[in-house]
Amino acid sequence: MFDVEVDNLTKRFGDFTAVDALNFSVQHGEIFGLLGPNGAGKSTLIRMLTTLLPPTSGTARVNGHDVSRDPNGVRQSIGVIPQAMTSDLELSALENLTIFAKLYGIPRERRMQTIPRLLQEVDLIQWADKPVKMFSGGMRRRLEIARGLVHEPKIFFLDEPTTGLDPVSRVAVWEMLARLKRERDLTILVTTHYMDEADKLCDRIAIVDHGKLAALDSPLKLKASVPGKNVLEAAFVGAPPHWTEILKALPDVAEVRREENICRLSTQNGPRTTVALLETARQANVTVASLSVQSTTLDDVFVHYTGHQLRDALQTPTAADSPFLLRRG
Amino acid sequence: MNRVWAMIERDLRRFRRSPVLIFISVLMPLVQLVVLGYAFGGKIKNLQLGVVDQDHGVPAVKLEEMFQAIAANARTFTPVYYDDRDAALRDLRNGKIGGLVEIPPRFSRKLLAGANPRIALMEDNSDQFASSALKGALDGLLSAYNAPAVAPRMTAAARLDIVEIYPYVPYIQFLLPGVIVLAIFVSAMIGGGIIFIDDKARGLHEGYLVTPIRKLELILGFTFAGAIKAIIAGAVLITAGSVIAGIPDPLNPLRLARMSLLVVATALALISMMFLIMVRVSDPLVPRAIFGMLNTVLYFPSGAVYPTQSFPAWMKAISIVDPFTYAVHGFKQLVLKNTSLAAVAGDLAFLTLFTALAMTAATFLFRRTL
Repeated sequence: MFDVEVDNLTKRFGDFTAVDALNFSVQHGEIFGLLGPNGAGKSTLIRMLTTLLPPTSGTARVNGHDVSRDPNGVRQSIGVIPQAMTSDLELSALENLTIFAKLYGIPRERRMQTIPRLLQEVDLIQWADKPVKMFSGGMRRRLEIARGLVHEPKIFFLDEPTTGLDPVSRVAVWEMLARLKRERDLTILVTTHYMDEADKLCDRIAIVDHGKLAALDSPLKLKASVPGKNVLEAAFVGAPPHWTEILKALPDVAEVRREENICRLSTQNGPRTTVALLETARQANVTVASLSVQSTTLDDVFVHYTGHQLRDALQTPTAADSPFLLRRG
Repeated sequence: MNRVWAMIERDLRRFRRSPVLIFISVLMPLVQLVVLGYAFGGKIKNLQLGVVDQDHGVPAVKLEEMFQAIAANARTFTPVYYDDRDAALRDLRNGKIGGLVEIPPRFSRKLLAGANPRIALMEDNSDQFASSALKGALDGLLSAYNAPAVAPRMTAAARLDIVEIYPYVPYIQFLLPGVIVLAIFVSAMIGGGIIFIDDKARGLHEGYLVTPIRKLELILGFTFAGAIKAIIAGAVLITAGSVIAGIPDPLNPLRLARMSLLVVATALALISMMFLIMVRVSDPLVPRAIFGMLNTVLYFPSGAVYPTQSFPAWMKAISIVDPFTYAVHGFKQLVLKNTSLAAVAGDLAFLTLFTALAMTAATFLFRRTL
């Protein structure tokens, strides 16, 4: 039984196909990352899965409920953090959560227990009565995370939860998500632009481009699937003058750059080059002061699957960018 | 100086690329010119003048023929004949007729006997523009009646006695009903228009749409919240406004209770109208841009500042469908005449019907998805 099942899901806006016959499933209890360039269709996909947009064709089931036929069943099972910060700025943290708890029909006694506990979990309990307009970006995001969990959903959707946050707040948000997942038995679907975050936290990652699935696997397997290079950085003591040439002759090495006694080697096969390097250094009586092997990052994976091209395309101005635009449905 | 030019250039280039902005900034004053021009400039016509003839003599009939002549030519008023004086007085009180001419018994006999008989004009002086138009028309009529072109057979002259049925109504009091409705409108515009669209543009609605709230619950929630704010604005105006404008016995609880009912009906009608206009709008500038326009188009043709009887046909057509008209009429009855609810039943009925229609249409147009 999958928590989210997407079957040939398609969304067209006029001639433009934002999501093109997507198929994938999300297992219970995993953190599932959706990666893709801007305009790849991530937000459209999330909006269809959270019943905000009706699909053009195909089906999606969330917690067993069909998004088109039983949207309220879906809504009861999910918590959603939209991309925009959507708390009521004039209301306090506590009031924001209370309103949403009421919208979910949570009885008073349970509200009295759940809300303070949630505020505690997102470290906002001491600011519970302060208006949200006084909160920093990170605090607002954490409040929204609490809001999304107020009805104890099974599946949590987050659309770029860390965009615009400083590094410390980003780490805090991710740690919070990881902890919540452990403690609450949550399935999390998240979109992000930060590859390091996705790498560390996601169990599986789907790379979406042009509305299609470009790749789907665990971060580790995705990185292995890319025929990328490793980079070796090593510092040497007592290296002879022609050391650079010797290093260049090592197996699989493509390029060597030297700055004083630090060398940077590009290689097709990190482990083999490393073994050979250590052996050569021992024979030449050169001390290896430090050595690091950097493997392919998810950034490389991303570029591999989505291409280097910049996605410059004109978009329809939205209400936020343009005065006097009556947006038709 | 170059920097000043840079700032000017930036602004003008943007202005040129927003044709709607230019359109509104020109259209809005033009709408004001036309609406305000006709709202205040016209001659008052088609007032309803009740006539009770208790005499039925030839001179009285002649007087009535002259009423008909005015109705057919200058059209200042149309006579409405009553046999029953009490029924006529009741209609005058309820605002169905703007004035009542009473030709007393033995009018003809007195006139023929040269005894300068009097006829009485009881007028609804809660609307000074209408009552002075009526008085002017009748004065003119009587002087014509008293100075016939043919050599006189009778030397006596009929005189007009004016009876104002309400205490003197200064303009500030005449204006109060319109201002009460305006306060409700402004509150509906801010609550149901500007804040609603701002929240939508900021994505707040997305947060609600992912909860299991039903479409109707969402609409009713928005509507009642807006209506409550508008009702508060109206409640302040009916009390504080009555005191400021110097309405006699301003805090009369019975009248305030009746007015509160009308405040609720008006608030619901205006908020549902606003909701209908805004249901598919997502640009925060739209409500701001149409605010002034709506105000002009709804407020001035409603009879709030000048009687509707003076309007050209197109403006009367607006006033017939304009919920302001009925709200203003209702508040005039209650504020200036302290009438019973029966006198505003029609207004309440229209506002309720308007609310029902606007809400149905808005519900139909409202989309629970983005």
